[in-house]
Formats: sequence, structure tokens, C-alpha cells
Amino acid sequence: MNEIIEIGPWRLMAAYVFLIVLLLLVNRQGIKKEGEIFFSALRMTVQLIAVGYILVYIFAHKHIAVTLLVLVAMQFFAVRNIYSRVKVPIKKKLRQVIILSMIAGSGATIFYFLLLVINVEPWYEPRYFIPIAGMIIGNSMTGISLGAERLINEMKAKKDLIEGALMLGATPGDATAPIVKDTFTAAIMPTINSMVGMGIVFLPGMMTGQILAGLSPLIAIEYQIAIMLSILGSVTITVFMLTRLGYTVFFNRWSQLEENDA
Amino acid sequence: MYNLKNVQFKNILDIKELTIEAGKITCIVGESGSGKTTLLKLLNHLLNYEQGLIEFRGKDLKELDAVTLRREVILVPQAPVIFPGTVRDNLLIGRQFSRKDPLPDEELLKEIHRLSLYKKLDEQTGTFSGGEKQRLALARVILIDPEVLLLDEPTSALDDNTLDKVMDRILGYVKSRQKTMVMVTHSKQQAKITGEKIITLDKGLVSSIEEVA
Repeated sequence: MNEIIEIGPWRLMAAYVFLIVLLLLVNRQGIKKEGEIFFSALRMTVQLIAVGYILVYIFAHKHIAVTLLVLVAMQFFAVRNIYSRVKVPIKKKLRQVIILSMIAGSGATIFYFLLLVINVEPWYEPRYFIPIAGMIIGNSMTGISLGAERLINEMKAKKDLIEGALMLGATPGDATAPIVKDTFTAAIMPTINSMVGMGIVFLPGMMTGQILAGLSPLIAIEYQIAIMLSILGSVTITVFMLTRLGYTVFFNRWSQLEENDA
Repeated sequence: MYNLKNVQFKNILDIKELTIEAGKITCIVGESGSGKTTLLKLLNHLLNYEQGLIEFRGKDLKELDAVTLRREVILVPQAPVIFPGTVRDNLLIGRQFSRKDPLPDEELLKEIHRLSLYKKLDEQTGTFSGGEKQRLALARVILIDPEVLLLDEPTSALDDNTLDKVMDRILGYVKSRQKTMVMVTHSKQQAKITGEKIITLDKGLVSSIEEVA
């Protein structure tokens, strides 16, 4: 059986039973989250329907410009998402560092993966480019969000230690080295941890999709391993850039801690 | 060593003219809130003066590389920063920041003993008292051996007996090596014993400069 079973609208509706169960439970327990849950599910549905039609259109009209436009849009939304996920004010210069890290880190990984690992032709083939770019950018986004918030909080919390080091003739790099290290580790740990459970605790989404679509599990794992390593690579590069460039924005040209958050 | 002209910082300090001579011990006294600590931070260039001019060896402080300056001019705040780790880590980190080679254990031990701090080098510093932290920070600075020492109430957490021993060591070190030292203290008496020049600050203004014979 290599043909995938189409769910169809009616049986898809049946899946919404899970949402109704949740809403009933939440309501009975007096947790005032019904609205948020309902709108999240609604948003998920609308977004996925929209993206389904958009992808059908893009796959039918292969073009470099279209693929690149999608890439730019993904990066744009990822960066916006990072800004809103980080719960503390982000300095303007740190925002620029975030953009640069995302574009350079995930961009380099996407092209490396498509050109060298998969060797897809043409390179802008949207059926490969878009889902892979999505996974790489999405995971890098999570890493950068964690990293940026941690960096900002640590720079505030450890102000005395930093100034204490500066007073002793430390460079800003020396003074923030422990913070940069901690931030880097904290931001890449979720990616490392997700590798550990992979295949045992759960089958990753892409692999599940490929198996459902009738592909041999052996090919599916090849893709999964390769994409997992690429995600690791992209998260590492983006977070590394964020931390290495990021700490500098907290200092002025006299190696003093900048006081304002702007 | 330092020349200050019309230096203003927020509404905390307003200094018309002030000179700090090389190879001398200068004491700064004044009530709390008179701007003593701010003045030290300006000299270490940890803070930026908004107006006027501070010259270090005849050069505008703002034109100098701040990190290089701070390796020559080290500031020990009243509540010195002790880094997580052992006594040894804390003694050596200063030299590491200044890009100087580490020193052997004997020299580290000798210095903390001179400052009446009898601890093992492997001891963790997390539970140190305020006075122990002050002595550890003073030992760290002496081991870096900078040109200028800026000390902010360096003995505020010490009992009288220890205070005398610590001051003897600091003064012995500074005088024998002809270092420049600027010490903030709230005690006029201590300033008179220690200082060769006493600057009194009052609400951010220099109210008197006294040369001690």
C-alpha cells in the first residue's frame, strides 16, 4: 500500500473532537482559557489551509524569485517572532545582531544542505527548499530567542561582576566570557536534547510525513539524520554569532557598560 | 598623574581644578554623597565625565584606550567583586585580565598573609565575610602591581587591629614601589595618618586641598 489515504473534510472534522474535549475540560475546571484555546486552534486551521494553497501555487510555478521571496518572508516572520518571544526590551543594536545572525547562520546552512547534502536540482526546487528552510529557520529562531533573552537577563543580573572585572583591566570580552558561555549552552541544549529522544520517544515530523507518504523508512531516516544535523549546525552558528556579536552591544567605545536599554 | 579641569558629572560632581600627583598618596574625604566614589570611577574611566577635561599623564582620558588605562589604574570598590571560585582563582584573575603571567602559590600565600588573610588557596570564596573579601581584593591588586591604585574605603569592614596591619602593608607596598595611590575614606583621622595630600569634597565640590608635611 503505497498510496496515502486522503482524510477528506468530514473525517478531518472528526479530529476536532479532541479540541471539544479540551474545551469542555477547561470549562469544567474553571480555567479561563477557552477563548485563547479556541482562537489558537482556529488560527492553526486558517494558517495551514492558507499555506496549503500557497504551496500548491508555488510548486506549480517554480521560479528562483518565488523561492527567494518565500525565504525572505520566512526570515522576516522568524525575526519578528523572536522580537515578540523575548520578554525583555531588546536594544536596537542587538536587534540588528539578531537579524544578521539569523540570515547568515540559517542561510549558510540551508544552502549547504540543499547544494551539498541533498544535491537537489535546480537548487530552488520549492518542494525541497521550502520545508527544509522552514525547519532550519524555525529551530534557529527558537535558539536565538532563548539565547537573546538569556543574554539580556544575564547582562543585567551580573552587572556588578562585569564592572568588577572591567575595574581590574578586563576587556568586555573577558568580563562577559562566563555569560557568553552560559548563554551559548542554554540556547543549544534544547536542540541537543531533542536529538537524544529522537526515534525512541517519538518519530520526528518530517520522517512521519515521509513514511505516511509511502517512502521507505530507510530513506526517511537518511533525510531525518541529515536535517537534524543541519538544524544543529544552524542553531550552533546562529547562536554563536548572537553571543559573540551580542555582548559587544552592551558596551560603549570606552568599554563601559551602556546604561540605557535603547 | 591626573589633571582635572571643570569636570562635571550629572549633579554629583563639579570640579573646577584638581591635580593628583604621581608617586604620592592622595586621600579623598567627605560626607557620604559628596561624590568621592564617582570621582574614583571617573579616574578609572568606568564613568564618563560629561563636561570638562580629565588628563592622564597629559593626555585626554577619552583619547586613551580604556582597557589599557584600567590595567595601569586599578580601582578597588568598597564592596569588591569576588568571582565564583577559589582564593587562588580570585588572586590570579586580576593578572589574567591584565595579560600578566600567573604567579606561583608561594607568592600568592605570602601576599594574603601580609594582609592578615589566613586562608588556603583552594578554599571557595562564597562564604567570605566583607572584611575577608576586602583583603582578598587588596591582595589581588597588589599582585597585579599597577601604577596607580584607586581604593574606595578599603578597610571599612575591618576591625581596628586588622585595619592597622592591612594599612601598614598597603602603605609599605605603595611607598617602596613609588606607586600613586588615591584612597577614599570617610575618616579624616585616617586621611591625616595616611595621606600626603587630602582633598575634601562637599556636595560634589572641592571644599579644601591640604598638603600634609
